[in-house]
Order: sequence, then structure tokens, then C-alpha cells
Amino acid sequence: MTASTTVARPGAAPESSGAARVPLRSRTFLRGLPLLPAVVLLLVFLAGPIIYCVYYAFTDMQLTGATTTHFVGLANFRKAFVDDRFYNAILQTLIFTVLSAIVGQNILGLVIAMLFRLATKAMRSIVGALVIAAWVVPEIVAGYVLYAFFRDEGTLNEILAFLHLPQQNWLYTLPIMAVSLANVWRGTAFSMLVYSAALSEVPAELTEAAAMDGAGLWQRFWHVTLPTIRRSVATNLMLITLQTLSVFGLIFAMTKGGPSNKSTTLPIYTYQTALQSYEIGYGTAMALVLLVIGALFSLVYLRALRPEAD
Amino acid sequence: MATTEAGPAPGTTILGARKGRTRKSVHAAGKVAANIVLGVIGLAFLVPLLWVVTTSVGEGQTLKVTWPEHFTGTNFAHVTTVDILFRPLLNGLILCGGGTLVTVVVAILAAYPLSRYKSRLKRPFLLTILFTTGLPITAIMIPVYAMFTQLNLIDQMWSATIFMGSTALPFGIWLMKNFMDGVPVELEEVAWTDGASSMATLRRIVLPLMWPGVIVVTIFTFIGMWGNFFVPFILLIDPNQLPASVSIFTFFDPQHGGVQYGQLAAFSILYCVPVAVLYLVMSRRLSGSFALGGALKG
Repeated sequence: MTASTTVARPGAAPESSGAARVPLRSRTFLRGLPLLPAVVLLLVFLAGPIIYCVYYAFTDMQLTGATTTHFVGLANFRKAFVDDRFYNAILQTLIFTVLSAIVGQNILGLVIAMLFRLATKAMRSIVGALVIAAWVVPEIVAGYVLYAFFRDEGTLNEILAFLHLPQQNWLYTLPIMAVSLANVWRGTAFSMLVYSAALSEVPAELTEAAAMDGAGLWQRFWHVTLPTIRRSVATNLMLITLQTLSVFGLIFAMTKGGPSNKSTTLPIYTYQTALQSYEIGYGTAMALVLLVIGALFSLVYLRALRPEAD
Repeated sequence: MATTEAGPAPGTTILGARKGRTRKSVHAAGKVAANIVLGVIGLAFLVPLLWVVTTSVGEGQTLKVTWPEHFTGTNFAHVTTVDILFRPLLNGLILCGGGTLVTVVVAILAAYPLSRYKSRLKRPFLLTILFTTGLPITAIMIPVYAMFTQLNLIDQMWSATIFMGSTALPFGIWLMKNFMDGVPVELEEVAWTDGASSMATLRRIVLPLMWPGVIVVTIFTFIGMWGNFFVPFILLIDPNQLPASVSIFTFFDPQHGGVQYGQLAAFSILYCVPVAVLYLVMSRRLSGSFALGGALKG
């Protein structure tokens, strides 16, 4: 659709013509002017609160009102390092992110996109519509729908009983698995759309040539298709990882983080400490840890984006 | 694209015609297999949704999926009132529509210099934007609440709208910039040499050529906001201003005598209708191929 067909034109000098008219510095400023509204909004509503987050993280701020706020240095972080529930939250967050985003949504999205290229048009439209329907459904509704699906007397166990497979109370025995599958259900549409578009831009001649040379299906995928869509993979992984790290409503609606914290990811634990126990300082310290984890994941993906970036 | 499922046909000495047929039949088998696997995947996505449907039209349904013994419209009849359905939907429309307008206009303006000019600051800026797209909004809502209370902005529709618009801005800018990159710069250069300003070329040349991209960003932003529960939940207080994403929680109010699952399901369906319609209209207009992915190459 948006194939970037900017063919290199011989002897074209894109920006040199009017360069001498206005002094360089003011020209740069004028050109950047349309960025201003965006920068102002981002600074006021996103950067500002983040800076406050950093500030709160080093205080003992509480919402109860009676106590005054003190600067406490690294106390909140020291507290976190001996807090078993904090380690548990980190572990659950990583399991949730790897299972549902990096493995689940990413691979299922790619598989669906590749199958789309072989399937009939009718099948493509129907399955595409269903996957996207799950994505368009508002988060809270999705949460209750999947709660009804995974609970003890839920649809999943009925299907398993019908197939004579062992059943269990998913939300009790494997809550992190249940919420991860729920997130795959809800989020795969995004990867599917990204990969459908990316695969449609892989030149047919490339795979055909590889087939002529005797490359099998898997070899063609690994050596031709995957390197061609590498940048889409990296961008997709980054976006779904960051989105999954901050999933709140879905888990909250399904399990509230329980039972006994077995599905308490960092956003849930942050919410519990900051807005239920009113320990704003400690809660925001953990929110910062969440931001750092997101940054670390991003760095890995950005490496893959680096070489040909502008 | 005719990606044949077969590897090299076995036995290359066989006549060309025969080889073609083997390939074709293997291709057909691959097609059947692909359709079957997709069918199973589609079923897995459909089954959880069935609960909403059976519960909304049945009488006395619970969290269990059972075929309703008596079909009834009472659940729908009960929720289609001004207080329960129409006002929250209208509030959501104002909040999300306004927020989307903010995002799209500001993102178009911001995308232009990012797409057209070279600067050392561009890459760091874009990477920051990309990283901000995944910013856990849950984490910053506490300071945002404090700020809104101090500035007397809490419980105001317009300030909540602008905040919603700002949170969607990073992804909006990122998408819009990549869509704009798809419009060849040569067309503008002609206009520039004729003395047109950059804003004039943006309006007259770039935007008309990238309207599918603008629509994708618009609808994507709106869908994201429509389902957003946490932001309006924190920033709006007056029940008369709450959008449907928050008012849905009144179905869990213990004062109303337990959870009314039938009504909840009926409400959920009606609440999803606007975004479903929006998506359908868009995918029709854009000839089936959803262009979002094209802008995500990175």
C-alpha cells in the first residue's frame, strides 16, 4: 500500500536550492515549527509526569494525607530488593511478556499472515475479521469474556471434557497461563496486520528464484522471507513487548492479580501499592523499574533496526 | 503471488507437463491444509466471543455458555436507555472523537518536518517517540491526577480529551511519519520552486496523496481510546460525564443485586458496535488491505 518507491534520481540535489536565502539557524527553527504543538503536549502530559514519577520514587509520599512527604533517597529501591512480592511481580511480568507477546502474538501473527497467502479469499476474510474482532473489543469487555472462557465451569473446560482431555481450574492453577493466552487472543491482530503488510512487499521473484534453486519451504522462509521483513519483525516485537509490559485492565478484570499473586505483574503490583495501599513513593519506584525493563527490551530491538536506518 | 507449496518436484527427469501437474496438486494440497489450519485458528478466536452472544439474548444466563432456552430481548431493552447506554456512548464519542482530532492534527503537523527534513536530532527524537508509544500510562496516572487536581482540571471533559489525545500522540506521529515517507518528495519540490510554502504543499500535495494513511491513524487512535478504561476512570468523576468504558462497571455494582450478566453482555455488544462499524467502513474503503502494517517498517 505505502510502498516507498522513492527511486534514486541521478543528479538530484534535494535541498540545496533555497539554502542560502535564510540564515541556517532560523531556517532550521522555521522548519521545526510544526513540531511545536506535539512537543508541548508531550512535555506537559508525558515528560512532566515521568519526572514527577522519578521525584516521587525517592520520597515516602503517601495518599493518606496526614503524613508529610520526606525525601528518603534510595529507601524505596532498597525496600524493593528485599520484597519477595516485588521479585514475584518481575518474574510474572517477564513470563507474561515472553509467553504472550514475543512467542504468542508474534509467532501466531506471522503464521496467520503466511497462511493468508495460501488460503482462499473467503477464509482470509472470515478469520481476519474474527482475529480483529477480538482486538477491537474494549479491554474490560475482553477481560470478562475471557474470564467466562477460562473459569472452572467455563467454555474451555467444556470443550476439554467434550474431547475427553483433562480439565482444570485454569484461573486457579495456571492463572499466568490463562492471562497470557487471553493476551494472545486479544493482541494477535496487531502482529497479523503488520506481517500481512510486510509479506505483501516481499518480491515474488525472490522466493521464486530461491525455489528454482531448490530451496525448501523452511529454507525459503529462513533465508529469503525473514531477512526481507527483518525491520518489520523488530518494530513489531518492540511495540507488542512495550504494550504487553503495561497491560493492566485485562489481568485486572480476569484475576485481579491472584490467586496468591500468581498473576501479579508489575502494573498490577504498582496499582496495589500506590492506589490501594496508598504508598505512592514505593509504587512509583516500581513504575520506574517497569520503565527500565521496557527500555532494556527496546535497546535489544533497536540494534536490529540500526544498520539501514536514516 | 504464486508461491508454490512444492519444493523441486521429485524426479526432475519427468516430462515438464507432468511436473507442472504434480506441483499444482501439491499446491492445492497446501491450500487445503492452510485453509484447515486457519479455520481452527478462527474457531479459537470465535469461541470466547460466543459467551457474549448467548448471554445477551438468553434469559437468566450466567457465566456459562449454554444455548438459551428462551430467547429474549429484555436485556437489550433494559440497557437501551439514555442513562445506561446513550449518554455514556455520547460521552465516549465526545471524549474519544475530540482526543482523536487532537492526535491526528498534531501528528500531521509533527510528521511533516520529521519526514521531509534531515537533522541530527531526528533519529533520537523518533526513537524517543517509539519508546514512548509503550509508556505504561498506569505508571504516570498518579502524578497526572495530582497535576490535574492542582490546576483544577479534574472532572473537565476538555482537559481529559486533550490528555487522551496526548497519550495517543507518540504512536500517531510514528505512523503518520512513515505514511508520509511513502509520498515521493519530488512532487513537492516542483511546488517549492514555484514558491509555495511547506504548509501549503502539505495541505495541497502531501495530504491528498496519503489520505488512506490519515484514515488508518484516525481509526486506530479512536479504537484505542474507545476501549481505554483507566484514564477517564481517574480523570472524570461526574457520572453524567463518564464514557461507556467506565460506566460498564455499574453492572458490577453490588447495590443493584448481583451482576446482571445478561445486561452486561447486551451492553458490551452495543458498546462495541461503533468501533466495529468504523473498522468495517475503513477496510471497505481501503480495498481490503489494512495499511497499518505498511507504516510499521521502522
